[in-house]
Amino acid sequence: MSDVPVTLPVAVMHKLRLRSFIRWEWLLVLVVIADFALNTFASPYFLDPWTLSDATFNFTEKAVVALPMAFLIIAGEIDISVAGIMALASVMMGLAAEAGAPLPVLLAIGLVTGLAAGCINGALVTTFNVPSIVATIGTMSLFRGSAYAILGDRVFKSYPHAFAYFGQGYVAGPVSFELVLFVLLAIVAGAVLHFTAPGRRVYAIGNNPVAAALSGVRVTNYRFLLFAVTGLAAGLASILLTSRLGSTRPSIADGWELDIITMVVLGGVAVEGGAGSIVGVVLAAVLMGLLTFGMGLLNVPGIVMKIVTGGLLIVVVAGPALVRRLRALPHRHRGGLG
Amino acid sequence: MHFFKFSRDAGLGALTLLLLALVSIAFPAFISPSNLFGMFDDTALLILLAFGEMLVLLTRGVDLSNSAVVALAGMIAALLNQAMPEAGVLPVLAISLLVGLLLGMFNGILVWQLRLPSMVVTLGTMSVYRGLVFVASGGAWVNSNQMSPAFLDFIRANVLGITVLSWFAIGLVAVAVILLRYRPLGRNLYAAGNNPSAAAYAGIDVGRMQFVAFTLAGGISGLCGYFWVSRFGVAYTDVALGFEMQVIAACVIGGVSMAGGVGTVTGVVIGALFLGIIKNALPLIGLSPFWQMAVSGLVITGAVVVNARGERSPGRRILEQSSKPETAAV
Repeated sequence: MSDVPVTLPVAVMHKLRLRSFIRWEWLLVLVVIADFALNTFASPYFLDPWTLSDATFNFTEKAVVALPMAFLIIAGEIDISVAGIMALASVMMGLAAEAGAPLPVLLAIGLVTGLAAGCINGALVTTFNVPSIVATIGTMSLFRGSAYAILGDRVFKSYPHAFAYFGQGYVAGPVSFELVLFVLLAIVAGAVLHFTAPGRRVYAIGNNPVAAALSGVRVTNYRFLLFAVTGLAAGLASILLTSRLGSTRPSIADGWELDIITMVVLGGVAVEGGAGSIVGVVLAAVLMGLLTFGMGLLNVPGIVMKIVTGGLLIVVVAGPALVRRLRALPHRHRGGLG
Repeated sequence: MHFFKFSRDAGLGALTLLLLALVSIAFPAFISPSNLFGMFDDTALLILLAFGEMLVLLTRGVDLSNSAVVALAGMIAALLNQAMPEAGVLPVLAISLLVGLLLGMFNGILVWQLRLPSMVVTLGTMSVYRGLVFVASGGAWVNSNQMSPAFLDFIRANVLGITVLSWFAIGLVAVAVILLRYRPLGRNLYAAGNNPSAAAYAGIDVGRMQFVAFTLAGGISGLCGYFWVSRFGVAYTDVALGFEMQVIAACVIGGVSMAGGVGTVTGVVIGALFLGIIKNALPLIGLSPFWQMAVSGLVITGAVVVNARGERSPGRRILEQSSKPETAAV
């Protein structure tokens, strides 16, 4: 197993990668359909418009953050502090609500807190040259810790009545505001990533930041902007979640960073950067939502669902790698597995 | 370079002593031997786990599953003890070590043989292992009154003035220094993380080094599972939940590079002690425990900014895997 890195021409690799990712999204579609059928089979209540609408609440808030997170990971960065940002934004909104702030001010505070936190991450990564995983591990504790420091063991729940619309309101029939918002954001994200020059530059940065910088991409600006937008999205998700729950505790959205990153990776975004698509991320979000909802219908405890989502993450990443591994065997010397 | 590393450890050590001195001036009891030993005992678990994490970080990996391994191995140890209370401590130590090694190997196999990014692997296994704690226990707690006296007393036993748990930490540090500084295996771990391509040309199997690092880290986490459950007198699903971040923080403060190949045992120990002193000093200063996370977050963020000066070479991607064929980065 003393592998010396094999170098293939970039064009060939790109083609291979593209092909494997098209396959990847079809695989996700199949799994989503299978899970949908399974849920229908498992519970007679599943195929009801309102039940399905309820199911979407399982992923919309996380998926709103997963969209910019996909950009970040494609660009070779990562943000582990997103759930911490959500907690801090929620606490800030709670403070304002306690002081009697009107609805627009509340929303602005949620978004601005997220944006400011994202800018701190961006500054650490760009100005101070801290690797993003390290920087955001630090700020994760900082943001959530600040939420704990401010709120302690108390609860904020004096939100104005109209605030409930964002997490509990419906636009038409069983179509929730959260779902509509997510669909719109996904379309915008997909359009920007796949059909604009800045989107292509995000891939370029992820594939080779030095080459990207040499060919005129303002790598630092892009990195900063991506962190800022991710923070903003976390602020938005915090508004949705706080509105749906109607209360704020400092432990709000605890552990969500892992769910969000799982969504992105499950969606086929390469953790080492440079590859991935928004369609994949959206499919993965729907899949995770359906899966957890289906298990909820079957009274599976939440902690057991964690085994399934964690196992799913490993299986979907390990499966193709295993196939590649086995396929590569005849071409190399046979002793490769030992 | 070597001088720089030395001075970094020395600087961090001086900072830690300064922190200790400042707290002690305000609260003289803080520096009493019994409090210092108590504090070391309190930090021993962090030191042990941080060393395991350091091995993985050295090979350009990251282990997010260690706190879940602690919970699972701890639960299995507690259940074993509950089933056979008269069997004593040895089987408990053996089973928790074995469980940890196996869980670590599973991480390592996926990283080595399938070349999966360690962050994705351990992100998945941290959920799976944590869920298995629930499955193993049926969601029940094992409380201290269900544990045998031998199970509870072993790590608390006082040997030459400090606890057995503290001795475990000291022993591991000694072994670690020898392993990483004087043994070929230790040098290979550094080489594999510092420059995987060069290491491969020099005949070092980079993937195997990652496997070894994960296995050792798993074994340490497994042992810590028993220590943790015994020390806090309770085993349940959420044991050590989120502790992996503190462990990584201790490494980062101690100067271990997340990009692999850089870090010293001394640095990690001081990093862990630094966090331990802060944790123990906060209640004295009158800050509520709710402030602890924010303060350590601030310290970690400050430490990484200091660390990062000149460390990040512009061409290196942080999540890049060592054994990945270097295709696109022509």
